[in-house]
Amino acid sequence: MTLKRPDGRKFDETRKIEAKINVIKRADGSAFFSFGKSKAIAAVYGPKQVIPKHKENPQKALLRCNYDMTPFSVTERKRPGPSRRSKEISHEITKALEPALLLEQFPNTVIDVFIQIIEADASTRCAAVNAAALALAAAGIPMKELVSSVSIGKLDKDLVVDVNKDEEDFTVSKGGKEIKAATDVATAFLSRSEKVSLLHMDGDLTSEELKKALELAKKSCEKISKVQEKTLKEI
Amino acid sequence: MTKEEKKTTKKEAKTEKKTSEKKTQDKKRQIVVPGEVIASGKDFLPGDGTRREGDEIIALRHGLLERAEKLIKVIPLGGVYIPRPGNTIIGQVTDLSFNGWFIDLRAPHEGFLPVAECMGYINKKDIGDHFPIGEVLVCKVRGISARNTELTMKDKTCKKLIGGFLIKVNPTRVPRIIGRAGSMVSTIKNETGCSIIVGQNGLIWIKGPNTDAEMLARDAINRIVEKPFIDGLTDHIKEFLDKNKPKEKK
Repeated sequence: MTLKRPDGRKFDETRKIEAKINVIKRADGSAFFSFGKSKAIAAVYGPKQVIPKHKENPQKALLRCNYDMTPFSVTERKRPGPSRRSKEISHEITKALEPALLLEQFPNTVIDVFIQIIEADASTRCAAVNAAALALAAAGIPMKELVSSVSIGKLDKDLVVDVNKDEEDFTVSKGGKEIKAATDVATAFLSRSEKVSLLHMDGDLTSEELKKALELAKKSCEKISKVQEKTLKEI
Repeated sequence: MTKEEKKTTKKEAKTEKKTSEKKTQDKKRQIVVPGEVIASGKDFLPGDGTRREGDEIIALRHGLLERAEKLIKVIPLGGVYIPRPGNTIIGQVTDLSFNGWFIDLRAPHEGFLPVAECMGYINKKDIGDHFPIGEVLVCKVRGISARNTELTMKDKTCKKLIGGFLIKVNPTRVPRIIGRAGSMVSTIKNETGCSIIVGQNGLIWIKGPNTDAEMLARDAINRIVEKPFIDGLTDHIKEFLDKNKPKEKK
């Protein structure tokens, strides 16, 4: 028996994607990206001088990503400021974007990427990666390719693309008890070489399922990268 | 019969419209995205903002595609100014040293102007008097080292800026503001009577006979920055200046 998705989407269908570039006037490059209600804004500053100076790298530029959720982005107020979760995701995003950038061209500099989630409905880190990739391109930073990201979830036995909050809180009733069975795999792909640059799995998946999930993610990332290309071309 | 004729004429009109649309599209320059394959085969040479990967030439930056015979390059649409030797820039003195001035260029690295690169004799004790902190200068980029951009004032165009005002624009729009062989700037200069200095780093200095002229020059420049894709921009700006000129006389 196959379950229906809470919002009636197909299993390989993402939520409505919206993207825009140059939304922040004073940034060197900026972008907005949303998966339905998950909305991210990214701003890029630099390349510029590194502060503190000891973090300079004479071989390549330093990439610093800063992911944060606004206090009003979730139903219960999020305490502002960095948290363990946001630091982890910042690091994850940095590592996801780094392979696409040509950082060797700007030694002894830093490229700052600030990502704010203004509305959260699961898969925020994927929206964040997509927004950051767009913002970096808009900031004229040399890149080998774009980065696009999507999350894969599991509803009972079916793999689904782009999980929302209802699907993230998916539960299974076992012996009269409601057990959390949320599975969420965040993935990011490089658009040209189709390499995986981010893979973060929460929950349970067999290795077979994970392979399937990656295939599914690859296909929808192709679609997302087309949307990204389109937004960059429409100015 | 008449109806049919009308239909055919309508169809013709439609096709005409389509062709005209296509023409306008062709006029617009192609925008490329990082990772996009621009050309394949060994007949082309990769220029700025592109790279050869195997048989294909791919874009590395988001910008306008430009082909000059065999050479393919990408003109970026955004980003900070990256200094190149020979560029004329406008910068502000941020700090003094025993043998020169540190100058903010709105670039990844700070610029340094040594005393030896200034015209005339300057006593090293009077560095602060010659160009105090906050002074705005027109300089040239002499060379680039790992952490510094070396500047020079040994050029006719280099000077200390007195009066007027500065506006900041996106440095990637500077070539459009200058125009082919300075055509755009000179039209604005002639129409408004202002003296304008355009720094490659996106700072523009305007000084005119009156405030209205200065404002007109500023508006014209902002117009260029907003509409960098149109062909025949010089004529467009000329029209804009002509339109706005008589209003001031009233």
